[in-house]
Amino acid sequence: MTPGVLWTTVLLASVACFALKLAGHLVPEHWLADERVQRTSALVTVALLASLVVVQTVGDGQAVVLDARVPALAVAAVALALRAPFVVVVVLAAGAAAGLRALGWG
Amino acid sequence: MAAAVRQGLSVSVATGLYGVSFGALSVVAGLDVLQTMALSLLLFSGGSQFALVGVVAAGGSPVAAVATASLLGVRNTLYGAVVSPLLQVRGWRRALAAHLTIDESTAVGVAQRDPAAVRAGFWTTGIGVFALWNAFVLLGALAGDRLGDPRAWGLDAAAAAAFLALVWPRLATRRARVVAALAVVVSAALVPVVPAGLPVLAAAAVAIVVGLVSRPAVPEEATR
Repeated sequence: MTPGVLWTTVLLASVACFALKLAGHLVPEHWLADERVQRTSALVTVALLASLVVVQTVGDGQAVVLDARVPALAVAAVALALRAPFVVVVVLAAGAAAGLRALGWG
Repeated sequence: MAAAVRQGLSVSVATGLYGVSFGALSVVAGLDVLQTMALSLLLFSGGSQFALVGVVAAGGSPVAAVATASLLGVRNTLYGAVVSPLLQVRGWRRALAAHLTIDESTAVGVAQRDPAAVRAGFWTTGIGVFALWNAFVLLGALAGDRLGDPRAWGLDAAAAAAFLALVWPRLATRRARVVAALAVVVSAALVPVVPAGLPVLAAAAVAIVVGLVSRPAVPEEATR
């Protein structure tokens, strides 16, 4: 792509993605006040977070890759079961993955 | 509320440092430093940014690049609809909130229990990721591959652990556990088949179906 075409691509994609974000914020609030929508919204939150865990743990672009992230997530789960604070959970997982990779695995 | 801020800062660091990878990749794909920064500052959604430079690097058309980035941005519409009633902002602040609506800010925000903590979590994470992500994109674009791989520091695992810690307290009910299990299965099955960003949308769709067809709150949920 020429610089001009690249700039156009960058700006058009930015406008489109901002419009998508704003559209969500402009959904009328009374649509969301219904009891069933509230309940569904709570479940959507759980599904989004669970899905992000999966994608971040085994996703690598458009492939499933099992590497040091998997045992690191297991370490995080144990820490959570032991009621460790959020920051400790995150640091332990990073340390586990970094340590395994330093040892040449994953 | 202090917990929400701490969570937001942890997630900001883990995510922001990843900007190095994007900056380096974008320059290799053929964008210059200014274009890379414009994309990162104006589009500001990691998945869409990686997708756009991926299409450019592969020699794809501008239409394909914009379409792929937009497709991955659709989940931010859903995020906006979920966080907007919790944030209660109008005017330019609403536009700013929309710009900062990404995986991480939504995840930390909605994981909180009370409205003040939701706002603290969303804004801390949104602003924190925006500042660090863009700073490290610039560093990556200028320094290229010389800074090394953020994975060596375990930052990818840190982000996964952060999302797990955020969903953990929400698994108290049976219905939530069932939805989480379905989301895990659907996401894992779809990762190899569809572009990044769509598995999350599919998992949300499953939750919407469960929410709409299931009975009203059972007693164990009515108290929450």
